Order: sequence, then structure tokens, then C-alpha cells
Amino acid sequence: MNKTVTDAQEAIRDIHDGAILMLGGFGLCGIPENCIAALVTKGVKRLTCISNNAGVDDFGIGLMLQHKQVKKMISSYVGENAEFERQLLSGELEVELIPQGTLATRCMAAGYGMPAIFTPAGVGTEVATGKETRTFNGKDYLLEYAFDADFAIIKAWKGDTDGNLVYKETARNFNPLMAMAGKVTIAEVEELVPAGQLDPNNIHTPGIYVHRIFRGKNYQKRIEQRTIRKVNQSK
Amino acid sequence: MPLTKEQIAQRIARELRDGYYVNLGIGIPTLVANYIPEGINVVLQSENGLLGMGPFPIEGEEDPDLINAGKQTITTVPGSAFFDSAMSFGMIRAGKVDLTVLGAMEVSENGDIANWKIPGKMVKGMGGAMDLVASAKNIIVAMMHTNPKGESKLLPRCVLPLTGVKCVRKIVSDLAVLDVTPQGFKLLERAPGVSVEEIKMKTAGKLVIEGEILEMKF
Repeated sequence: MNKTVTDAQEAIRDIHDGAILMLGGFGLCGIPENCIAALVTKGVKRLTCISNNAGVDDFGIGLMLQHKQVKKMISSYVGENAEFERQLLSGELEVELIPQGTLATRCMAAGYGMPAIFTPAGVGTEVATGKETRTFNGKDYLLEYAFDADFAIIKAWKGDTDGNLVYKETARNFNPLMAMAGKVTIAEVEELVPAGQLDPNNIHTPGIYVHRIFRGKNYQKRIEQRTIRKVNQSK
Repeated sequence: MPLTKEQIAQRIARELRDGYYVNLGIGIPTLVANYIPEGINVVLQSENGLLGMGPFPIEGEEDPDLINAGKQTITTVPGSAFFDSAMSFGMIRAGKVDLTVLGAMEVSENGDIANWKIPGKMVKGMGGAMDLVASAKNIIVAMMHTNPKGESKLLPRCVLPLTGVKCVRKIVSDLAVLDVTPQGFKLLERAPGVSVEEIKMKTAGKLVIEGEILEMKF
């Protein structure tokens, strides 16, 4: 079943104003660079973005913030982004901060067809406000609902024309979870091969979850915190 | 003399046991990796999806696809494994991670911790901290005993928004090592040259002192 589209522009063609998007990546690692650039060019507005982070000022989701395309962010950590903070404090941007494991598991629940999950994260904190609490084996848990996103936009390392995906290192992060959770899942990959060329034993995301796939171009893969050690230093 | 950040990390590293899976938070906790005692094998977990985190890469070998939870470039050690964020927090929630070390802005005498938000000032988010403190079997906090104004950060009750409740087990500050007990902060060790009196003065929460309190040695 061929899922390929020519480029990011075609892949995001029906993303509309007000859409709820999931965007894969952790920091700038494993983010769908091509699709983000295409969304900026397309100029869609009032988006709700579910993504662990909000990029940096001039890259990643930060680019969409610059163009005031985002109405609401649902994230676990949004530091390193001055424009984000400005829009948040001025009330232009709505933000829901949720624990990272809760974010991941709410994606997972959506992908596994489960309406909700229970997690202890946030019990006794402001995250618990207004949420149903249940006690299991003497410990309290919050009821958290599965996400309901119109589009999941993710980045993988390799993919085939059937939409099977393989991720690289820690660029996996939220990508496979979101891939499973979107009503429409768009995958951009660094390497696109004909179906049959990836080892079925090593597929991270089976193609059934992927609706559109294309080979991305000109990846920048920016590093947020370049940290190195001296050659003779052991740690 | 109060401990340096490196000494805090060094002292915490003595709590590591052979075979531990350990999650180290951002800041001082990251430094603990530099002081893992000889003969002790631990596996470092990074919650963005890695077990078997190694040291920072040497120049020229940075890999943008290989970072830790602080978004720093890192390496892997032999035997490492990658996984997605749900599995990462799944292993944390299921209690597979033996020890979590993280920083704090405040800890209360019953083990509550605040480290993610200063209302009106800092709105960065909690990241994985709430998940870690809600589920970790053993939590050690690395922190300064007082804020820059000299006010205690070990309190009867946290003032800042909480990250988790009744979860901190041990604190290593620049002045002391303390256990969180049902009776309050129990003083175990003091920094070299720091008196019990000084620790008393700088601990706002209930402090339990039993017997002689020895100095830490480095």
C-alpha cells in the first residue's frame, strides 16, 4: 500500500486553521523539520500543538510561534524560548503544562485505543486540580484522558513506501507514540526505501499507523546543548 | 566549608550500589556520574529514551540524534538500549529505576518537593520531574541548604507549587546529609568545618539530632 507523497507541502495539504496537531521530537531532537517549515509557509492559524517542547526562538515550533500560528501549546517543558514566554505572559498564547510521562502515556493511550489512563504523576500538586482521583493498592492516581489529535506529524530515520518506520537513537522519543495516535499520521524520513527493504524484525512503527510518508530535505538537526569532553578526560 | 557542587555530587555517588539503574536530573545530579565508585556498576537512565548513557562525546563526535534529558550531546556505553518516551516513563512508574537524583528549590520536613515553578517568574514546566518523584523507589535531592538571601530551603512546608508529595528520602546539601523521617529532617553528616549549630540555624523545618554528627570526608 503506497503511502508516499512528494513533499511536506503535499503531506500537510489539508491541515486547516484550528487543527489539533501532535508534533514529535524532544527538544530539537527528532522533530519534523520539513513539515514545520511547510506549516509556516502555508500560514495556518489557531493551531493546538501537542509537543513535549516548543522549539527555540528561531527553530522548530518556535518558528510557528514567531508567525503567531499557535493558539495553544500542550507541553511538559517550554524553556529556552523567549518568544514563547513573551506570548504566554501577554496572554496571546494558551499553555497547558503537563508531566512528561503523562504526555507520553496520553499519546500511547490514544494509539492503543484506550480512552484514559491512571498515573500517580501530579498527585497532590496543581496538576491534579479538577481531576478524578482513584486509589489502587493504597496509592492515589489521577485519571488522564487519551489525546484526540487531528494530525500527528512525526520524524523517523528510515521509512519504506508502505509507511513502516525506524527511528535513530534518542530521536525516537515521542515519535512512535504520536504516530500511533493521530487520526492522520504524516511521517517525514531521512531515507525512504521501497517496501520490503527494511527488516521486518526491526520495524518500530508498522505502516498501518502511517497515512503519508515522504523523504525530507535539508535536515539541519540543530543541537541545543553542544557538550563535549576533552580527549583525556574520562567523563 | 560548605561543599562545592562537585562534592555534593561526590557524596551522593557514595549512595550508589552495584547493579542500580539510576536517573540523574539536570544540574548537580548530572555530576554524580563523574564520581561512581570503583567496582560499582550502575546503568544511567535518561528519560528521553536511553538506558546506558555514557560521557559527553569528544569534539567532532557530537550526534544530534543522541542527547540526554537536558538536551546535551552524550554517548552510549556498551549494552545500551533506546526506547520511546512511554516505555521510558513506564519503567519509571513501574519502579524499575532504583534511584532518582534531582535538584530542588524547596523540600519540606515531610518529604514534599518543589522544583518546577516560581509563580509569575519561571514558567518552563515540570518536564519529567513529577513522574519521577511520584514513582521512584528512592529519591535523593541535591540542593543548596539556603537561597542566595540566606533563607532556608528546608522548610516545615513548601511555599512554592509542589512537584510531588511525601517522596524525598534523603537530602545532600552543601551543609549536610539528612534523611527525611516521620519525625522530620534527621541530621546524619555535616560538611567539613560546618557546625551543627549552623545547620540548626539554617534549617527552618524540624531537625532531629541524635548523638554525635560526624564530618563528611573527601
